[in-house]
Amino acid sequence: MARIDLDLAHAYKPNPRGDEDYALLPLQMSFADGGAYALLGPSGCGKTTLLNIVSGLVKPSQGGVKFDGVDVTKRTPQQRNIAQVFQFPVIYDTMTVAENLAFPLRNRGVAPDRIARRVGQVAEMLELSGQLNQRAAGLAADAKQKISLGRGLVREDVSAVLFDEPLTVIDPHLKWQLRRKLKQIHHELRLTLIYVTHDQVEALTFAEQVVVMTRGRAVQIGTASELFDRPQHTFVGHFIGSPGMNFLPAQAAESGLEVAGHRLGVAPEATRGKGPLTLGVRPEYLRLAGAGSQGALPAVVMQAQDIGTYWLLTAQVAGGDSLVRARLSPHEAIPKVGETVWLTVLGPRTCFYGQDQQRVGETAP
Amino acid sequence: MELKLERVEQRVGAEAYLYPLDLTLVPRAVTVLLGATQAGKTTLMRVMAGLDAPSKGRVLADGEDVTGRPVRERNVAMVYQQFINYPSMTVAENIGSPLRLRGEKNVAARVKELAARLHIEPFLDRLPAELSGGQQQRVALARALAKNAPLMLLDEPLVNLDYKLREGLRDELSQLFASGQSTVVYATTEPTEALLLGGYTAVLDAGELLQYGPTADVFHRPASIRVARAFSDPPMNLFAGQAGAAGIALGGGVQLERTLAAAHSPTLTVGVRAGALHVEPHEGDLALPGKVELAEISGSDTFLHVATAIGELVAQLTGVHEFTLGAPVTLHLDPRQAYVFDASGDLLLAPERD
Repeated sequence: MARIDLDLAHAYKPNPRGDEDYALLPLQMSFADGGAYALLGPSGCGKTTLLNIVSGLVKPSQGGVKFDGVDVTKRTPQQRNIAQVFQFPVIYDTMTVAENLAFPLRNRGVAPDRIARRVGQVAEMLELSGQLNQRAAGLAADAKQKISLGRGLVREDVSAVLFDEPLTVIDPHLKWQLRRKLKQIHHELRLTLIYVTHDQVEALTFAEQVVVMTRGRAVQIGTASELFDRPQHTFVGHFIGSPGMNFLPAQAAESGLEVAGHRLGVAPEATRGKGPLTLGVRPEYLRLAGAGSQGALPAVVMQAQDIGTYWLLTAQVAGGDSLVRARLSPHEAIPKVGETVWLTVLGPRTCFYGQDQQRVGETAP
Repeated sequence: MELKLERVEQRVGAEAYLYPLDLTLVPRAVTVLLGATQAGKTTLMRVMAGLDAPSKGRVLADGEDVTGRPVRERNVAMVYQQFINYPSMTVAENIGSPLRLRGEKNVAARVKELAARLHIEPFLDRLPAELSGGQQQRVALARALAKNAPLMLLDEPLVNLDYKLREGLRDELSQLFASGQSTVVYATTEPTEALLLGGYTAVLDAGELLQYGPTADVFHRPASIRVARAFSDPPMNLFAGQAGAAGIALGGGVQLERTLAAAHSPTLTVGVRAGALHVEPHEGDLALPGKVELAEISGSDTFLHVATAIGELVAQLTGVHEFTLGAPVTLHLDPRQAYVFDASGDLLLAPERD
């Protein structure tokens, strides 16, 4: 296992000029030894390029990669001692499950009794013990992918295990179990794991630290709570959460904060003298309030949806075209479409963003 | 259009893909076909479209028997998981193709309007291969909408897109469906997607149609354990129980106070949705002490897995919360929020709704 330090950039072509010529803009980051990380972002954000640079499949156009302080930029994945798990199962159909799991160890001449012990341990964790002597050919896609995961995890001496969207072929009901398995396995084996996904559930559940990426840039590295409560960039607010953070235009003035054309009367310390801002508040933190309440705005209900465990309210801020979404408990009185409601936009977890989309402040919790 | 299926079944050799089913789709509304992969959703859609003839039974479109009539003689629009467009045609030509085939006028204007509704106007002169996956699927959707067919079938159309794209496109689609005149059928494996689309839901499991009704009603009153399983994400917590004088005895000496009116078997199954379990107690709640197995975090919720005396429970908590693996935690349940199923798995009691 290794600590991994990156200080690099990757351009599509020689002599890059603008940001658009970069698959990865200059970045500096470290993966701690034994940590669980996720690279999260939409397709085209650079997460797979970053993973391929860590594994050694891609050489960065600038800078380099260090494993435990040693420059490995020019080394192949084999030389770096990296294990990888891909989107689709990579296994030998003619071998049994046990032989498949043992393969990476046997290849490196590990003693047979150690192989047996480790294969047994990994099979037990992935609930494959009952199928060890079965041929892989006859198994369903998700069982095959479990074998792939097992093969990635079976070696104890790897620098890191890299996962590229490994749960794509898994049925939603089984994804639950596998996400949980991966988390428990990390807890038990303490391998350095780096996991690429566009799925926030997988990333936030699995990782201790999530790297959120967009357009070749890592916009925030943080824990799930940090990404949820204190998004560093409007993209993080938007991307984390379903639906994502609500954004409203705001302007700090002498007499208070003006939000989407409404004077709120109070101006949080964080907004003073900042000029034009964007206010960000999550649907989970928008609350129904009495008419004229401090920090609240009037809005007209456009849609009220029963999402089973909660209601999702879509409302248009009165006198403008800004839409906001609020998540309400089924035990509250749910307003009807067309009704005017007051919604608290200045709560304990409201964030403010500058014109570069970076967070400039927030209300105190 | 009113589409009616009468005793439709589909067999291939000895294998049943669809068991005999009756289904009348609510006209000009969205019907969600909800079920896991292999549940029979695609098989059923292919029969509805006329891509396959059923082994038995009849398909009626506005009262007319169209069983076995091939799809090209039916006015049906379809959208698939894969983004299917004509690769050598531009986006504009792709969208306009059903209009040109029918020799309609004002094709360019109609194409422009549809492209605007699906936010692909800037790409009209490009080829599909030059677009992102989300944009390609928008083109396929625009072409399906251009047909203006009375029946529109969508087979997991968003499954191959990033979830943020899926969120936006799903919103737009529900608005388009709501304003349209078509009867829409939309297949998905995801309970939350069904709830977001609203309309009506038909739950399929292993080739059987289990329940059909307004989406929220099916969710809140699943007719059986099988429906509750198919329509809960995270899965519904289920425990064996014994009916007694003081309520229902669950494992580990836990008593659930729930009064059952109808006659029933002594052996019961109690179901609790993850959203009904809380970490803060309320008066009258049943306390279920346990130990944290795992906290899973979606962007907006934390799914807390807890090992308790009655078995492992999953609780859905709003927002992001961090828990230490192995730490003690107590979950609380309002007994009125529990579902009760009889020995054969049929619903006896559901939580009351306001």
